[in-house]
Amino acid sequence: MNTNGPEGTPLDERSIYLRSLVIDSLEGGGRGHVGSTLSLIEIIRVLYDDVLRVRPQEPTWPDRDRFILSKGHGCLALYALLADKGFFPLSELREQCKAGAMLGGHPERGHTPGVEASTGALGHGLSIGLGMALAARMQGRNSRVFVAMGDGELDEGSVWEGAMCAAKHGLSNLTAIVDYNKLQSYGLKRDVLNIEPLTDKWAAFGFEVRECDGHAIGALREALRPSTSGKPVVVICHTLKGKGLSFAEQNPSWHHKAKIGVEDVARMRGALETQA
Amino acid sequence: MRQTSLKMVHELARKDPRVLFIGSDLGAGTLADMKKEFPDRFFMEGVCEANIIGMAAGLAMEGYVPYINTIATFLTRRCFEQVAIDLCLHDLPARLIASGGGLVYAPLGPTHLAMEDIAILRALPNMTIVAPVDAEEMVRVMEASLDWPHPMYIRLAKGGDPVVSRAENGFEIGRAIQMAEGSDALIVSTGVMTTRALEAARSLAADGVAAAVLHMHTIKPLDAEALLRLASATRAIVTVEEHLASGGLGTAVLECVSDAGLAKRVLRIGLGDVFPEGYGSQEHLLQSNGLTAARIRDTVLTAIGGRAS
Repeated sequence: MNTNGPEGTPLDERSIYLRSLVIDSLEGGGRGHVGSTLSLIEIIRVLYDDVLRVRPQEPTWPDRDRFILSKGHGCLALYALLADKGFFPLSELREQCKAGAMLGGHPERGHTPGVEASTGALGHGLSIGLGMALAARMQGRNSRVFVAMGDGELDEGSVWEGAMCAAKHGLSNLTAIVDYNKLQSYGLKRDVLNIEPLTDKWAAFGFEVRECDGHAIGALREALRPSTSGKPVVVICHTLKGKGLSFAEQNPSWHHKAKIGVEDVARMRGALETQA
Repeated sequence: MRQTSLKMVHELARKDPRVLFIGSDLGAGTLADMKKEFPDRFFMEGVCEANIIGMAAGLAMEGYVPYINTIATFLTRRCFEQVAIDLCLHDLPARLIASGGGLVYAPLGPTHLAMEDIAILRALPNMTIVAPVDAEEMVRVMEASLDWPHPMYIRLAKGGDPVVSRAENGFEIGRAIQMAEGSDALIVSTGVMTTRALEAARSLAADGVAAAVLHMHTIKPLDAEALLRLASATRAIVTVEEHLASGGLGTAVLECVSDAGLAKRVLRIGLGDVFPEGYGSQEHLLQSNGLTAARIRDTVLTAIGGRAS
């Protein structure tokens, strides 16, 4: 892990480019979850660049790996990667949330190519994912299933029901990912509802637990490798909410913006340029 | 009825490799034969209904047809959001087999009384709601469920209910069955209340009042065609359900009749806006809440002004 923590991890050209796609969406739609998206970028980037076996031209290819963004409010990160990979044209990003658009404020299965489950209400993805992982095993497919959750989402009891169930079935083809940015909507995770000791919790629930810097590409690649224990895996990714935009980092008022104006966009693009 | 429905899950599993069973924490030995024959398609997942619905959704997304069974209140109240989003929004072919529809669990008290299940599920797009009248109709319901492309709620009665359905009437989801003829009044009923509706119709016939009985086994989608055809040829309509009088079958009938511009009197028999009190047997609670053939008969007479035409 980067000794400086996620705030010290530098962003490379591709991470900056992906953030610029997110800003395109924010600018076009005039709204969006900013902080919650930016902590996720590298996690989803590594999944789509290095881990998931998917076919952008054949999004329902039966043997594909499945990725569920259970923290659906981070969807602008998912949309950026799906567009970048060619699931749909980049031009769709600027249309997000507009009437009749392909991309909504939360991901929708059957509406957006590459989206595996409609999410937005928290605490649903892990159970859906474990059902998919069971199905893969029963059907003799070697598909892996990945479910990304927010740390605030772990407040939901259903997450822990799903964790027990996945462990019971020994779903080693299932990987849970926690975007652990330590900040939920209202404030610090530890103040709103403390989730620590988080690694011990997942271990106690029967998971193979890995931790990494959620903005470090190499560390993510390593952490997202298949299970070595026969157990389901959880990767706890230490991240920074708002990563890459200095004024939004760890700033709860940038969790969600219902109105993003020209000045906000200029400020975001300016902050991104200083990283390049 | 429950035994029949579960036995049918096993039958369907033999016929179709897509069929799975998921229970929560059911009685020891539940579907032991199926577990033995198809250990990979039998799941008992514990007291975690929210997870079970999500898991079923994931399995259904990959081509399976999961049949889920637990007590009706837990299958609706506890995991309503999972039913709404995981099953209904994704429009997946999962089946909810709900034990103890209505007042079946009377001695266990209000936590176990499924009095609003139809109302809340009726509000969900893509959901289908079925309440068969007896075990023989349950067989037909289960057969019809196999290839139904939407989520489906199957409401169970107590069991050992008298058999009044007839094989020759068949069963089609969304197609109501007329079980008695008559143009003085129309009684629309669902589930085992149809048996009481038929009893009331016989009693009325003895007094020269001819009441039709329409068994609305599928509450959603409602068979508007059959309802409006009979409603337009009758003087008044009485609905009967082992459920809140508000939000369920009676409300669905009112909406349908009103939307069609039919000026007919509609009286609803069901539970009031209170949690039923009193324990005892299901029959005791049915009596104390007026879900009886005598009340249906009296309500029909009130609705038509007391006289045959």
